Amino acid sequence: MSGPLVEVAGLSVAFDATRAVREVSFAVHPGECVAIVGESGSGKSVTARSLIGLAGEGAAVRAAALRVDGRDARAFGDRQWRAVRGARIGFVLQDALVSLDPLRPVGREIAEALRLHRTVPRTEVGARVVELLRDVGVPEPELRARQRPHELSGGLRQRALIASAIACRPALLIADEPTTALDVTVQAQILDLLAARKRDGMALLLISHDLGVVARIADRVLVMKDGRIVEEGPAERVLTRPEHPYTAMLREAADPRPARPAVRIGAPVVWARGLVKAYGARRAADDVSFELREGETLGVVGESGSGKTTLGRLVLGLLRPDEGEVLIEGRPWRDMSARERRAVRRRVQVVYQDPLGSFDPRFDVRRILEEAIAVSGLPRPARRDRAVELLEQVGLDAGLLDRRPARLSGGQRQRVAIARALATRPKVIVCDEPVSALDVSVQAQVLDLLARLRAELGLSYLFISHHLGVVRQVSDRVAVLKDGRIVEVGDVEQVFTAPRTDYTRRLLAAIPRLPEQQGGDHGTHHDGGRVRSADHG
Amino acid sequence: MKTLWRHWTSPRFRVPRAVLVRLGTSLLVLWGAVTVAFAALHLTPGSVEQALVGPNTITPQARAELVTEYGLDEPLPVQYGRLVGRMARGDLGESYQLHQPVAEALGSQLGPSLQLAGAAMALAVAASLTLALLTAGRGRLVRGLSSGIELVGVSIPTFWTAIVLLTVLSFQRGWFPAAGADGVTALVLPAVAVAVPLTALLTQLLRDSLELALDEPFVLTARARGLSDLAVRLRHALRHALLPALTLAGWMFGALVGALVVVEEIFARPGLGRLVLTAVEGKDLPVVMGAVLVTAALYVAVNIVLDLLYLVVDPRLRGAR
Amino acid sequence: MTAAVTAGAVRARRAPARPGLWAAALFLGLVVLAALAPGLFTDGSAVDGDPAAALTPPGADHVFGTDANGRDVFTRIVHGARPSLLVGLGATALAVAGGTVLGLVAALGGRWLDELVMRLVDVVLSLPSLLLALVVLVVAGPGTLNSVCAVGVAAVPVYARLVRVRAMVVRGSGYVEAATALGLPRAVVVVRHVLPNVLAPLLVLATIEVGTALVAVASLGFLGFGPQPPAPEWGAMLAAGRDYTAVAWWVAVFPGLAITLTVLSITVVGRALRRRGEGRDV
Repeated sequence: MSGPLVEVAGLSVAFDATRAVREVSFAVHPGECVAIVGESGSGKSVTARSLIGLAGEGAAVRAAALRVDGRDARAFGDRQWRAVRGARIGFVLQDALVSLDPLRPVGREIAEALRLHRTVPRTEVGARVVELLRDVGVPEPELRARQRPHELSGGLRQRALIASAIACRPALLIADEPTTALDVTVQAQILDLLAARKRDGMALLLISHDLGVVARIADRVLVMKDGRIVEEGPAERVLTRPEHPYTAMLREAADPRPARPAVRIGAPVVWARGLVKAYGARRAADDVSFELREGETLGVVGESGSGKTTLGRLVLGLLRPDEGEVLIEGRPWRDMSARERRAVRRRVQVVYQDPLGSFDPRFDVRRILEEAIAVSGLPRPARRDRAVELLEQVGLDAGLLDRRPARLSGGQRQRVAIARALATRPKVIVCDEPVSALDVSVQAQVLDLLARLRAELGLSYLFISHHLGVVRQVSDRVAVLKDGRIVEVGDVEQVFTAPRTDYTRRLLAAIPRLPEQQGGDHGTHHDGGRVRSADHG
Repeated sequence: MKTLWRHWTSPRFRVPRAVLVRLGTSLLVLWGAVTVAFAALHLTPGSVEQALVGPNTITPQARAELVTEYGLDEPLPVQYGRLVGRMARGDLGESYQLHQPVAEALGSQLGPSLQLAGAAMALAVAASLTLALLTAGRGRLVRGLSSGIELVGVSIPTFWTAIVLLTVLSFQRGWFPAAGADGVTALVLPAVAVAVPLTALLTQLLRDSLELALDEPFVLTARARGLSDLAVRLRHALRHALLPALTLAGWMFGALVGALVVVEEIFARPGLGRLVLTAVEGKDLPVVMGAVLVTAALYVAVNIVLDLLYLVVDPRLRGAR
Repeated sequence: MTAAVTAGAVRARRAPARPGLWAAALFLGLVVLAALAPGLFTDGSAVDGDPAAALTPPGADHVFGTDANGRDVFTRIVHGARPSLLVGLGATALAVAGGTVLGLVAALGGRWLDELVMRLVDVVLSLPSLLLALVVLVVAGPGTLNSVCAVGVAAVPVYARLVRVRAMVVRGSGYVEAATALGLPRAVVVVRHVLPNVLAPLLVLATIEVGTALVAVASLGFLGFGPQPPAPEWGAMLAAGRDYTAVAWWVAVFPGLAITLTVLSITVVGRALRRRGEGRDV
């Protein structure tokens, strides 16, 4: 076997005072797939970009060795780097909607690479573009080549992006979170496509936050944290017998175990009957019926555009259904006067995916909480104490009271959002993708918090998410939503182990699976790691 | 009737339909402009009749004749109706001062103004594109220097620029003629004076949006494809930077007209601006009204061109309409 | 989590030290001081001159020289600060107040009102503001108050549009929905969350508008429709000095410099405020 395609030793990258990457060494050989796994801020993307000389503006890159095709790349000028980019090393980013020029047809983006490196004669460029699109599994390639990214579905445009990156048959393809923006079923297809490239002999450097994604195709795995490689080894070994607690924690987050507290399930508190809500020709809710009982968590899963958020807003009484009704503790929203409706709103609260957007930017944490506390009628002097109490309840320090949300970490913000939801002492909380914007380690902490609050306060959750693993972890029952319809509803284990509809089966099959973990001793390890890891988001 | 409606709504007629709707709204704007000007003239304190007479004292009889001649004794709605009727027929009336049809007066002055406006715009666009492409995303020194200059350019009043240019380059150095509209040399200073604030503002906007575009993932993808920095700027980022610049065009039109009035006056150039100014000084209402209509029409025309430009620059909008 | 965000965060530019901002704030402070108490800077008269000393070049007696009537240019510029700033402030206040009312009516008042107001705004926007101001002045006649009103009214539609867009954005924002979900009455939500978030960025923008309005009124003054002589308004001074530029450059240059520097300072300070506002907003 020939030498490595790329090889780095002692790579460090700094931006002004922050050191993004510290002393990283690894190599990628022809035909193998190396994965770098880490959370945001771990330095994984910067590391990958350093390999094509695009670490970013103002980056100070130092390395004991940085070799591309055996040549010392530390001395490369702009011209030499450009000869490498696209021709020897291809590069794919996450969302093709923004990673391909939105104003240009995808065919032209692919042709640009071909022309630039003179891969094929000028006259054959058009034909080659169509061929490439066909190769990556794009149907009707002649038509698609003339379309722009927004005219293609998420999966198709990601395929087009990959086609543009592999147009000149690079020996190595760097894929930076190539599937993060995609629904699970599409994610599985893209991973298959990448695996096929690998079988053709192309080396892959896969960057991801998700161990599950990596498990599918990686030969070797590097785990990065705070700019350093904390663990590396064959994928099989790293995934089944993680040695570093951080790796174990990531593994746990990718394949969470159920964390359902034992609570008493009571009478229905939310009852939805035959809900229909249409936007033009599209039905965001189509004859949806379900009930949510006291103390219960009902998970709602669905891919993007399935009507999850609409459902949440209907339950909250923020949207009026075209047909059907939502009953809160036996009373329909529709029959309530404005005053009654406001009183009932206190009983049904909400936590959003984007907590920052749900806070008035002028308010600090104190005002955010005190506004919510005031709604429940507490006199002014008692509000501050209650605010501190709420912060303690969600595991935050009272010192944060004077901070604005913009200056909090992602995890802290979501905790404040939960505290606000608790302020009115609700029975039900609608959780709309509450952890989707968070790093996996923070995600785990917020999910733990939600589980604890549920046990302590007897809350009911309507838990809406596209992430099947998370839904399985927290829910008692689960409803599968597709195109505004509930296609399946039932006990969570029953739905996940013995799905009754094709759609659910396909959805489940697409979840990236991890090999079974071995050796019980590591279990204690990772639990410790989770408790210790700081809340940075 | 029914078939007509079906044709009207069919996708095949999307373009002609859009054109017709556009034409309709354009007429609406023109009608609105005349109405607003009429309202401004009649609702502002001070009588039109007094404005017409000015400081001169005239006999009551002459005054009465004047009032009858211009129909000022009739109720406002009648005056308004007559005005709109005339305008709709393309009859802009006759100037009080010049004793010639307003359309003729405006027409003869349109050429020099368009010449100046065109030269200034070309200058501003070329200069700001060059500056923005060269300075976007560069080091702190370059950006600081150029944004400082732009700030001065935005803040400096056009009439002062014009006077300073006139004083230094015409009176003191004698490089350029101080007045008139003969030849290219006479165009240089006025065009520069008009272009300064436009250039400054455009450069700022273009550079900001270029920098935003250069931070986009698709730029990283393009670089990773092996594209050079200049090619990335020209082929990918520039087009995105043009979109916000187009939205500024309406404002630019207003600024341009304002600058024309001032600069034509200072350089004693013939043109619409000076005509308007003389008309305003002489209370020549028909000319003022005609100028309002012509500017509104130009504004409408500019906007139609802009809409087309939008579609060229951002094909995503084509499906949306 | 997203690669793009990581790259953006890493490349976020830090605010550089800003000596220019401090210079601008200092100059603006001086102008405001001159407007409040011109006596601090000069004890001469802005209106009476010494015809014998007409058009004296800048020197020890007259720092900025004298004009055609023998009046000290420096004294007149100092005394001109008050009217010039006042017209800028007045026109801006008018524009912002009118624009806010119209914009809010359009955004919160239902579809028909929205259509009506915005079509009106479209029409007024089709007329360049200077032209519109001139139309008003044809009949109203020249003068300080009239030109302030003319400039203010002409800028109303710009603010109406801004307020409307902003109000729409805020109304659809997550925090307004969150406040509604808390069970707050609609009026409370509007007063506590919508209005402040619409107006706060607007007030910052209005600072910059003061400079623009100042230039607009000065332009009218320059064209002879603003404050009438012998008032020491900067635009009018410049207009009067224009006839002597060939022989006495200082008469026109210094008032122009005063306008430019004042507007520049206002813009610099206003933009710094805006940047701060945006930083907090994100």
